[in-house]
Amino acid sequence: MIHKQPPSEETLCRQTEDGVLCVRLCGEIDHHRAATLRRTIDDAICRCHPTELRLDMSGIAFMDSSGLGLIMGRRALMDKLGGELIVVHPAPAARRMLQLAGMERIVRIEP
Amino acid sequence: MASYTVGDACRTRRPVINEIRIRLPALSANESVARAVVAAFCAAADPTATELADIKCAVSEAVTNCIVHAYREGTGDILLTARLLQDRLLCIEIRDRGCGIPDLGQAREPLYTTDAAGERSGMGFTVMESFCDGVRVSSTVGKGTTVTLCKRLRGRSTRT
Ligand SMILES: Nc1ncnc2c1ncn2[C@@H]1O[C@H](COP(=O)(O)OP(=O)(O)O)[C@@H](O)[C@H]1O
Ligand SMILES: [Mg+2]
Repeated sequence: MIHKQPPSEETLCRQTEDGVLCVRLCGEIDHHRAATLRRTIDDAICRCHPTELRLDMSGIAFMDSSGLGLIMGRRALMDKLGGELIVVHPAPAARRMLQLAGMERIVRIEP
Repeated sequence: MASYTVGDACRTRRPVINEIRIRLPALSANESVARAVVAAFCAAADPTATELADIKCAVSEAVTNCIVHAYREGTGDILLTARLLQDRLLCIEIRDRGCGIPDLGQAREPLYTTDAAGERSGMGFTVMESFCDGVRVSSTVGKGTTVTLCKRLRGRSTRT
């Protein structure tokens, strides 16, 4: 790996008692970064078996269509586990990509 | 060779003000490198934050396609040429010598992807066409693909 992630872009996974897994994604989501994020999130899902996965995207500074693939892939995984995926507070860079793809019709976005 | 053009910005002929060419090996780490280089190149034209975000996103899509699709069987180089034309027309050409695209009409359809297993969304060409004023794609199977992205920069100084 050529680029090291600055500490501010660390992905934070936090599980609450009621089966909710909150993942805070920060910085840039492109194809390169998505591979790492996918592993981090899926590891957390396998550990926690959440009924709800909340992806906090308020700290996203850049996102291309790789971010859509990342969200849809996690949604498929949550579907398989009988849980739900919610995208929380998408920053403008994430929101416009979600809108372009019409994702609000297939994924819950709060607010 | 098959090709298609969307929008009129790619047909415009104007004097070239500035130009850069870079050759990048098709490594995923170079996706952010390509975005940073293009952002630095167009800084002189004083784009708005939205214009810059549009350009970075479109470049990211085209470069990622070279890495994920064109050189899916191996590796190779990506050739990126950025030109700033008179009156703030930005044209970025992204070329690979990879596998080529057999059906361009199908490739640019929203949600069409040949790599669902790799969690691709099939929205790359849709993003490029939405965020640019012109997109031109030409491709030859077995020889490679060239994507040209054109964007009119209205810039901060002329913003209304
Ligand atoms: N440079 C390229 N070389 C070969 N095939 C490509 C290239 N760019 C795009 N394609 C083909 O076009 C399809 C659609 O591309 P795109 O809209 O970016 O969606 P995605 O990358 O998510 O699959 C790809 O799945 C691939 O089959
Ligand atoms: Mg793509």
